[in-house]
Amino acid sequence: MALSPRNRKIVGAAMTGATYSAATMAIVPLVAILVMLVVRGAGSLDWNFFTRSAVPVGEAGGGFANAIVGTLLIVGVAAAIGIPIGVGAGIYLAEFGGGRVGWVVRFVADTLNGIPSILIGVFAWTLVVRPTGRFSALAGSAALACILVPIVARTTEEMVRLVPNSLREAALALGYPRWRTSLTVVARTARAGIITGCLVAISRVAGETAPLLFTALGSQYFSTNLLHPVAALPLQVYLYATGPYEEWHRQAWAGALVLILLVLLLGVLARLVTRSRHQRA
Amino acid sequence: MPDHAAIAPAVTAPSPVPSRTPSAPAPTTAPAVNPVPRLAVERLTAWYDDTAGVRDVSLAFEANRVTALIGPSGCGKSTLLRCLNRMHELVPGTRVEGRVLLDGHDIYAPDVSPIAVRRTVGMVFQKPTPFPTMSIAENVAAGLKVGPPTSRSERDGIVERALRRAALWDEVKDRLDDSPLALSGGQQQRLCVARTIAPEPEVILLDEPTASLDPLGASRIEELVTDLKREFTVVIVTHNLQQAARVSDTTSFFYLGALIEVGPTTQVFTAPTQPQTEAYVTGRFG
Repeated sequence: MALSPRNRKIVGAAMTGATYSAATMAIVPLVAILVMLVVRGAGSLDWNFFTRSAVPVGEAGGGFANAIVGTLLIVGVAAAIGIPIGVGAGIYLAEFGGGRVGWVVRFVADTLNGIPSILIGVFAWTLVVRPTGRFSALAGSAALACILVPIVARTTEEMVRLVPNSLREAALALGYPRWRTSLTVVARTARAGIITGCLVAISRVAGETAPLLFTALGSQYFSTNLLHPVAALPLQVYLYATGPYEEWHRQAWAGALVLILLVLLLGVLARLVTRSRHQRA
Repeated sequence: MPDHAAIAPAVTAPSPVPSRTPSAPAPTTAPAVNPVPRLAVERLTAWYDDTAGVRDVSLAFEANRVTALIGPSGCGKSTLLRCLNRMHELVPGTRVEGRVLLDGHDIYAPDVSPIAVRRTVGMVFQKPTPFPTMSIAENVAAGLKVGPPTSRSERDGIVERALRRAALWDEVKDRLDDSPLALSGGQQQRLCVARTIAPEPEVILLDEPTASLDPLGASRIEELVTDLKREFTVVIVTHNLQQAARVSDTTSFFYLGALIEVGPTTQVFTAPTQPQTEAYVTGRFG
């Protein structure tokens, strides 16, 4: 159907308008959440919030230090476990995963990616909590690492695939063995993309709550012992937000704000890494 | 790690004397009479699954000479080139029949490692392929990392020498630690030549090295090719007939995977013996 020039302009404007409003609607939730968190939570962010642990109800001046440190601990250990495995698996998939094994690994990774995180928590409980007989930060890290590995593996694979084959051939023609070509030339070329993928994956698991319920459990006390239960930001926010005290609610808002700022910080870092790659290339 | 002595016990450094002087051209269609060619292909057939990209080719490459492989697209010249340093077998579903002798030793013998072959037979590709995460100097030294250990100062010397031989030193000596991506295409290609010659191979394969360059960059590469033959045996695949005529001593013409004719370049271009060769070099097809 041919449109008159006038109608064509109208249709064009309508379509442009539709995409604009869709884009706006997409960012409304994020902006709304941020505004809400800043309004309700920023007031409770003081020095105590970052330096003091939780205090009994009725006592003044408690903070989220135990939860912040707990989250950093759990996520840090999860990254230390999950990133080497995920990056290694991703390089394998991109460089050597053309056959049946690669297909199976890819399928398993995608399935693992889709498993509800509460089930990952149950899995980590069976794997770590039951044998050791106690809830622990390590169990929480194991759960988060299980979520981390498939995400990191798949993004690493995508990034390594982007490296042109001519670079592989150039390295092989110099007498590089296959594994060395993959590690020193191909993975190095894809490094910025791999780092970005890792940061995105970390920010994704940092906010996970469900897998920590059966594993890190949560705690009111400051602890850095991997083998004991520890607090974590999402858990503490959940506990305080559902508690009966006004003071808890205020602190829950502040905790949520800190958590989202942490995730935003990782996102910004990821952007910076990506941009420096584009400048070089 | 096996070094290239495993394949070429008789020759380690670039051979001091070419077997013949350039002024005495080889017999036309019988390269086998040449005493010991540096590199010789015997009854080579290269397969892609069930298709032969190169059919039953026998050909000798003389030391310190430039041999050009010419022919229309899909004639097998690049495939043959990639058989000479065992790059062909990297493509899944490929295999090679026949022999490729480097100084008399078959590079396809079961005990020969393709890695050792590739360290002795270097290759430059159609598109410049500098490693983007390495500096200019690191690029040149890249091949040394998989060879015998070298000290820092040795490496610096090798890098400078390789860049001088590749006619790039004066242009990059003040920015050796910069990214190679800031160089022009022609400079990048000369960097790739420097990277290829730094580990001192014996043979250098050039796969359409000027196809992606502007005319100026291309002519610098051509001058370089002529210099390279003083130290290396050079094999060049090219689509550009004038280029083959300018840089090569021997020209071989391929058509549909078969070697049609080989001889001194002037003869192949002025008095070819085969009708297909004549049709191709006079521009009637291809």
